[in-house]
Amino acid sequence: MEILWILVIPLIGGLLLALFGGQRFAPELNSIMSFGTFVASAFLTVRVITDGPMTALNEQFFVDSFNVFLVALTAFVAFTTSLFSRPYMRIEQVHGKLTINMLRLYHSMYQLFTFTMLLALLTNNLGIMWVAMEAATLTTVLLVSLYRTPASLEAAWKYFILCGVGIAQALFGTILLYFAAEKVLGAGGTALLWTHLDAVKTQLEPTVLSLAFVFLLVGYGTKVGLAPLHNWLPDAHAEGPTPVSAVLSGLLLNVALYAVVRSKVLVDGALGSHLAGNLMMGFGLLSVVMAAFFLSRQKDVKRMFAYSSIEHMGLMTFAFGMGGPVATFAGMLHMTVHSLTKSAIFFAVGHATQKSGTQLMENIRGLITTNPTIGWGLAIGSLAILGMPPFGVFASEFLIITTAMHAYPWTTPFLLAALGVAFAAIFSRVQSMVFGETTDERLPHPPALVPVFVHLGLVLLLGLYIPPYLADWYRQAAALIG
Amino acid sequence: MENFSGQLINLFAALLLLISFGMLSQRRVLSLINLFALQGLMLTISTVIVAYSSHQHHLYYSAALTLVLKVIILPWILHRLMRKLNVKWDIETLFNIPTTMLVGIALVVFAFNLAAPISMMGGAITKSTLGIAMASVLLSFLMMITRSKAVPQVIGFLAMENGLFFAATSATYGMPMVVELGIALDVLVGMFILGIFFFQIRETFDSLDLKHMEKLKED
Repeated sequence: MEILWILVIPLIGGLLLALFGGQRFAPELNSIMSFGTFVASAFLTVRVITDGPMTALNEQFFVDSFNVFLVALTAFVAFTTSLFSRPYMRIEQVHGKLTINMLRLYHSMYQLFTFTMLLALLTNNLGIMWVAMEAATLTTVLLVSLYRTPASLEAAWKYFILCGVGIAQALFGTILLYFAAEKVLGAGGTALLWTHLDAVKTQLEPTVLSLAFVFLLVGYGTKVGLAPLHNWLPDAHAEGPTPVSAVLSGLLLNVALYAVVRSKVLVDGALGSHLAGNLMMGFGLLSVVMAAFFLSRQKDVKRMFAYSSIEHMGLMTFAFGMGGPVATFAGMLHMTVHSLTKSAIFFAVGHATQKSGTQLMENIRGLITTNPTIGWGLAIGSLAILGMPPFGVFASEFLIITTAMHAYPWTTPFLLAALGVAFAAIFSRVQSMVFGETTDERLPHPPALVPVFVHLGLVLLLGLYIPPYLADWYRQAAALIG
Repeated sequence: MENFSGQLINLFAALLLLISFGMLSQRRVLSLINLFALQGLMLTISTVIVAYSSHQHHLYYSAALTLVLKVIILPWILHRLMRKLNVKWDIETLFNIPTTMLVGIALVVFAFNLAAPISMMGGAITKSTLGIAMASVLLSFLMMITRSKAVPQVIGFLAMENGLFFAATSATYGMPMVVELGIALDVLVGMFILGIFFFQIRETFDSLDLKHMEKLKED
């Protein structure tokens, strides 16, 4: 029942906002709908904690400890982002960057985007998961090109074509998976249901499944932003409106990685070897290293943090690739803290760029004097994402690296070097943006940055103390994924 | 009878592949759209034959879906867009067609090799066509790489979807109906969004040539 609400609320929100998205109250309506989704996901979470995994609606939907925390996280970040987008998009409108129709499109697509991500997470049917992932691309393409500048159109085109082609590979992978499953489960609706596939995974044809996994990894990996398939990601993040960058980076990448991990579970069962894990480790390590070196060359602040997302997604993919209880636990923790921290950073960056009127880092100076809230938000957020203790990112990165030292020692120098380079690059840039000399006036009214500090507070909390039920979840999910 | 329909399916699969090659070398955008519609028609016919010979009734529905979507609606939208955007008579200068064709042949060989171990396991009468399906996916991919204009790139993308659909029909007698409907919905919505997008691109750049869109890269 809760599952239905989680999906119906954003869908209705999307339709309502398609009608009223240009009205004065639209931003509030957007937040209310997102809040409703969040409340429904909280109820679902409570239900899963008490009753354990469950399927619903003729087994078409499926919730276990792995996806329920992602559902809660997605609904939560979508809600806080909608709070942030309220003043942000109003100011954009005042600046004359957006028309009423663009706002209507934005609000409607925002809700539909939330819907597609939640559908991808909750569905039990791998085919529907593909459909939802593709729909997630479709709903965000027009958001990336919202400002209609040449650069944003180019970014959106690249996003559409690269992700479209990528996700077509994933469809081929899904077809191959169905081909193998059909022999065991028989033709028809049940052969693509993940719970059924999971039950018979040891009987699936290994040759077909390994080929299927390659296609699935390349396909969904394009959406995760894994190198060398990441080209769309920095452009889409830099050119779209900041709330969209925040949800793309904080949520969509996670959902795509979720799809990869779900497929990995099946392939591991069928192959009985570490092929899937090795592939993921390879792609992950490459992304971490490559992103770190591109990071240091960026001039645009949103591009820089987009590359940082590639780096962190690479780290998570690497962690899931290593497998085992500790690494998988760390991967899930990292998913949570990265998505909270990165969206907080984008909120702060959004206000900073809006105020300075530019995304070029050399023109953003002295945030701490012009606006202490933004300045501190960006400074603390950056320290958190760079893995400084006592933030949660430190805990997850520490776990990932210590596991790598035990299991795959040769990877540690690469990981440490990449993290070091990323640290130097981001830290020096953020430092001059926050503390540099400036001649700008202090802002008369500080922007509302409650979401930033709520997110960072949660990340801090997760670094100091993981609530037992959350740790239990992660452990259960880790046991599930293996 | 079984044998005969098998032959027929092979025939249409071969035609499908031939059309893929035709699209690879076609310079005129208008003919490209017609070729795409023709490819959709081949797909429909072969799906009907598979449905008839394997008694898989749900395949009739997916054949109907293909006919409506890929032979009628999508080409119609594309034609309309061409008229509205006034690029009906666009001719694209293509880079070295013979080389592209040779690369295409290499891709076909590669696809057949890749598909061979899988089609061995297939129980469907259509198993031998999986290689063709894979080849047409790869050829569409090649077409997207070699084109520099927006509309041909999109046609390449749609042709790739055709190849995937053919793969699903030939390997497994089609995906479950709900998935197929979802995919069709995605393709249709995607086409609408692209339509809007074409206008935005033209408004901003005064042309649909993607050469203008190469500003965003790492230096």
